[in-house]
Amino acid sequence: MAEVKEEKIVFQRPKALCDVVTHYCPGCLHGVVHRVIAEVIDELGIQEITVGIAPVGCSVLAYNYIATDFAEAAHGRAPAMATGMKRVHPELVVFTYQGDGDLAAIGTNELIHAATRGENITTIFINNAIYGMTGGQMAPTTLPGQVTTSTPRGRDTKLAGFPVRVCELVSTLEGAAYIVRRSAYNPSEIRKLKAAIKTAFQVQMAGLGYSLVEVVSNCPTNWGMTPLESLKWLQENMLAYYPLGDYKVKDSVKELMAKK
Amino acid sequence: MAKVLMKGNEAIAEAAIRAGCEAYFGYPITPQTEVLEYMSARMPELGRAFVQAESELAAVNMLYGAACTGARAMTTTSSPGFSLMQEGLSYIACSEVPAVVVNVMRGGPGLGNIQPSQADYLQMTKGGGHGDYSPIVLAPSTVQETVNLVILAFDLADKYRQPVYVIADGMIGQMMEPVELPELKPPQRPERPWALTGAKGRPRNIITSLQLDPPTLEKVNLRLQEIYRRIRENEQRHEEYMTDDADLLVVAYGTAARIVKTAISKARPQGLKVGLFRPITVNPYPYDALRKAADRAQRVLVVELSAGQMLEDVRLAVMDRRPIHFFGKMGGVVPMPEDIVDAMNKVMAEA
Repeated sequence: MAEVKEEKIVFQRPKALCDVVTHYCPGCLHGVVHRVIAEVIDELGIQEITVGIAPVGCSVLAYNYIATDFAEAAHGRAPAMATGMKRVHPELVVFTYQGDGDLAAIGTNELIHAATRGENITTIFINNAIYGMTGGQMAPTTLPGQVTTSTPRGRDTKLAGFPVRVCELVSTLEGAAYIVRRSAYNPSEIRKLKAAIKTAFQVQMAGLGYSLVEVVSNCPTNWGMTPLESLKWLQENMLAYYPLGDYKVKDSVKELMAKK
Repeated sequence: MAKVLMKGNEAIAEAAIRAGCEAYFGYPITPQTEVLEYMSARMPELGRAFVQAESELAAVNMLYGAACTGARAMTTTSSPGFSLMQEGLSYIACSEVPAVVVNVMRGGPGLGNIQPSQADYLQMTKGGGHGDYSPIVLAPSTVQETVNLVILAFDLADKYRQPVYVIADGMIGQMMEPVELPELKPPQRPERPWALTGAKGRPRNIITSLQLDPPTLEKVNLRLQEIYRRIRENEQRHEEYMTDDADLLVVAYGTAARIVKTAISKARPQGLKVGLFRPITVNPYPYDALRKAADRAQRVLVVELSAGQMLEDVRLAVMDRRPIHFFGKMGGVVPMPEDIVDAMNKVMAEA
């Protein structure tokens, strides 16, 4: 007879993640990133002091998944809303969750200036090089040559300009404290992503300035690929243009991380 | 309390502070910039929030964010800036959060000029942004009344959880008058169970204007319309001046009404029986009160610093019961009282 072992929970849904059916397309990494954020919120014990701000785009319903107080911003305006909240309630942990259209097109101004002011807020930026919700149009981050519904012959840089590299851009701003690019295409990258999101929240809680974690992500539906193909395409095409790594880690952040 | 001599824009700022405004976000634009400048000094010294935003879009969304957390918050701007704020104001109205916005109007359209005008009336009173919403709009005509109405604006915003606008203009913003201010009180934060303050000891709150399901969004709209019905029922305000025996009823608000008062003081000794009906809430518009006042007169004259935007509301109130005439100036031109007396005489000569 087999030995009966004591029950031990090795895996469960994070408290900060709602028990609901997802609306995201099969293979989309939003769900993974949501889970990672929820795990970090649990580990830091901040579910009751966190306020999230949802974007316009596929993740417009982020509040259906992440179980904290939440507000829904107008397209691109999340960093401004976060500024208003944080200035009145410095004790809250305020994060924005934004896609590439939201953050790098219509909301560039709000992003740049929140970072410039060194607002103690955190942005999780999902870069999948395309407009998802509206059905696959060119994003500011669409790669040269990439086919979308509004670049049917591939993005021609002569006509449509070049993709925006957000981490490189924002890291030049003095108020930015922690600016890193990660991905979520395999378990090892997901672990690195989680560590980065945790650090970003800790940077905010220590009042060190603006933190942003970019996630190089996918869009199987609008890229017209299977989930596995999309992860392969991400690695083969996006990472060359959007190299993973730390773009800005202020000395104060390094000291904080050394202490942890 | 003793009266102090204050510029209109500074009085707007101090009134908001006295009303317990905890957060101010703004962007410089003439002729309201002194509000921002005044706030930049006063708010930090009181330990309250002040941010000079990067644009009016950002300012109104900072206002939205602060208001979501239950704080009394305000932004101020002038016409082109108010246009930029429409997006945020539509969201604020749908999300049912209180917010105060002062528009110190200037000449338009476009960049226009920085002189007093009333040409944002339709944009301010009829919604301005997308969707069905109907903000409360208060229209002062003196610096003292501006102080009183800014304070009232915070109370009404709290009461109905809707954006409340104060519609001033470059004249009121830039003139100095003696004003009496209430005592300075610490920021008021009444019980706001809906606010985003972190879900400690309560179920989490979500503030959103997104409702993908049509019947659910219809419910949101019906609830908003019910709020506006209550506002119409309870918050109409107006002033009547020498209307009892008036043959000619002049309808004007804000700065225009103030000039009309002077014109009346010149016209009465000439034997012209003229009175003023001044809406203080231009939304909800005091239609019934105006209809009654118009019924007592023979003719109605509308005076505005615009092409005749409030004229539409006067027509809705008076219908065809009395002839309605219009005298307006545009582009920041402010008429002299004598110009209005001439208009009054002309209208009555037609009778």
